[in-house]
Amino acid sequence: MLEEPILQVRNLRKQFGTGCMECAEVETRKLEKNFCKNCGTVYACQDISFDLYPGEILGIVGESGSGKSTMMQCLYFDNEVSSGEAFINTPELVSNNVFELSAQKKRSIRNHVYGMVYQNPVHGLKMNFSSVGNIAEKLIAAGNRNVGQMEATSKKLLENVHIPLHRMKEEPRNFSGGMQQRVQIAKALSNNPPILFLDEVTTGLDLSVQANVLDLIKVIQRDLGISMIVVSHDLAVIRMLADRTIVLLNGKIIEEGLTDQVLEDPQHEYTQQLVYSLL
Amino acid sequence: MAMLEIVDFGKRFTIHHLGKTMPAIQNINLSLEAGEFIGIVGKSGSGKSTILKSIYRTYLPDEGKIMYDSERFGETDLAQISERQMLYLRKYEIGYVSQFLSVMPRTTCRQLVTNALLEMGESEAVALKEAEKALAHFELDPKLWDSYPNTFSGGEKLRLNIAMATVKKPRLLLLDEPTASLDQQSKIKVREIIEKLKKQGTTLVGIFHDIEFMDGLCDKVYDMQTRQLTITKEVVIHES
Ligand SMILES: Nc1ncnc2c1ncn2[C@@H]1O[C@H](COP(=O)(O)OP(=O)(O)OP(=O)(O)O)[C@@H](O)[C@H]1O
Ligand SMILES: Nc1ncnc2c1ncn2[C@@H]1O[C@H](COP(=O)(O)OP(=O)(O)OP(=O)(O)O)[C@@H](O)[C@H]1O
Ligand SMILES: [Mg+2]
Ligand SMILES: [Mg+2]
Ligand SMILES: [Zn+2]
Repeated sequence: MLEEPILQVRNLRKQFGTGCMECAEVETRKLEKNFCKNCGTVYACQDISFDLYPGEILGIVGESGSGKSTMMQCLYFDNEVSSGEAFINTPELVSNNVFELSAQKKRSIRNHVYGMVYQNPVHGLKMNFSSVGNIAEKLIAAGNRNVGQMEATSKKLLENVHIPLHRMKEEPRNFSGGMQQRVQIAKALSNNPPILFLDEVTTGLDLSVQANVLDLIKVIQRDLGISMIVVSHDLAVIRMLADRTIVLLNGKIIEEGLTDQVLEDPQHEYTQQLVYSLL
Repeated sequence: MAMLEIVDFGKRFTIHHLGKTMPAIQNINLSLEAGEFIGIVGKSGSGKSTILKSIYRTYLPDEGKIMYDSERFGETDLAQISERQMLYLRKYEIGYVSQFLSVMPRTTCRQLVTNALLEMGESEAVALKEAEKALAHFELDPKLWDSYPNTFSGGEKLRLNIAMATVKKPRLLLLDEPTASLDQQSKIKVREIIEKLKKQGTTLVGIFHDIEFMDGLCDKVYDMQTRQLTITKEVVIHES
């Protein structure tokens, strides 16, 4: 098929620490999971490469500490990569390694191309702004200036994620976890991003709220055709949402495939453990 | 070419924690033409589902070829095709019905069938209309249309499953024991459904433990035990 990925990630590496003689060489390093016992350096992401296609939901699973959030934060420029490349296939950005762009260009990508929903709403929302204000902030960053229009857009977005009209002026700190996540999603969608990152969006929500948020994500994919990377350690969430799935272990991709194939015919020993332990 | 031609196909499973590799099936050869209905029979564990799941890429094929005559891609080996291509085929050309229903929670029956069409890019209005037509066609009581399927009976779940798969008008439909655990009445309904699909020209691969029930409908039967493909007029079914 002549289809081009919207995002290509190549050899993304992120380490915390400077490394030492024992761990400098990728081929010979001996790590305890992702950790060099000699110098304490953490190799959180090791040579992560994948493609994200237009309109697809790509699932990322892996145990705690496998590097899922670090990878997302690197892609979203919250964290600087140690090395690697990412290419966004839009006319303005094509064939630029976005990790090497200026801070200003990166900010522009965040404002116009990316949306992010953090695991912890505290990272994605200003808890002392109203919900409408939170969205307006993002709209302003994306270049909007018309106050009336921004308010209307914010209301529409909040309505779409089922925040009742009479609570839109309220600060999200008063909201339940599920509502906060929905405000975060509305905010992330406000600049019509072609690419959306979702980090454990349903973790810690009770089941009915979780179903609500999952349904919302599906609707967004279907109606807006947004490409998404969905991180979760919950295989049920991944099964429900993702077309394809990547399995991370100790910062490395150990398996990838169609989601039902990864779950029903896992190839790697670790994926088998992960899947069978939940059957 | 044939619509589907499976050549020297084999699949093994490696279970790491047991340190074992088990060949589930080997040397499968069968083919069917557009519009044909083939039944696969064989005893439990003989690998019937493994064949269907390998066609659909739920299982990763590892030996031989699964040649499929795709409308979009032409002659393709489903064992080699890219994941993205397989996703495309699942959306537009190949349907799969298992005896279990696994769907988004808290989504109504009507919405589930509608969603299947929305995902193909149909407009809201068309999708809803087609969905309702499909639900009526498969005789799901309109009282059930706005309820959640987790409360449905086995037969109702199955008919919803078939409705979701067939509303997209797949050219090739894979049916894994669509009559298992159904009462006689529901089985007759499933038979009628398959009859209708056949009339519409759908190519069907089905697993049935009571293949006699499909008498007169099946064009061919593949017997896992003998590895023989027979035209049903002369079919001999080996007791398992
Ligand atoms: N700022 C940091 N300094 C040092 N180590 C870090 C830092 N941030 C993350 N790490 C380490 O990087 C590794 C990957 O962490 P990360 O948060 O990406 O994991 P995760 O897969 O998201 O886990 P979880 O499922 O628990 O959210 C862990 O070993 C973690 O301790
Ligand atoms: N995901 C899997 N992992 C490991 N082994 C499997 C898997 N699926 C099937 N097998 C093995 O492959 C063989 C064939 O199984 P399969 O489900 O295809 O049989 P079947 O003919 O459909 O049986 P039944 O009539 O009971 O449904 C069995 O030995 C089974 O244990
Ligand atoms: Mg995390
Ligand atoms: Mg079976
Ligand atoms: Zn070191």
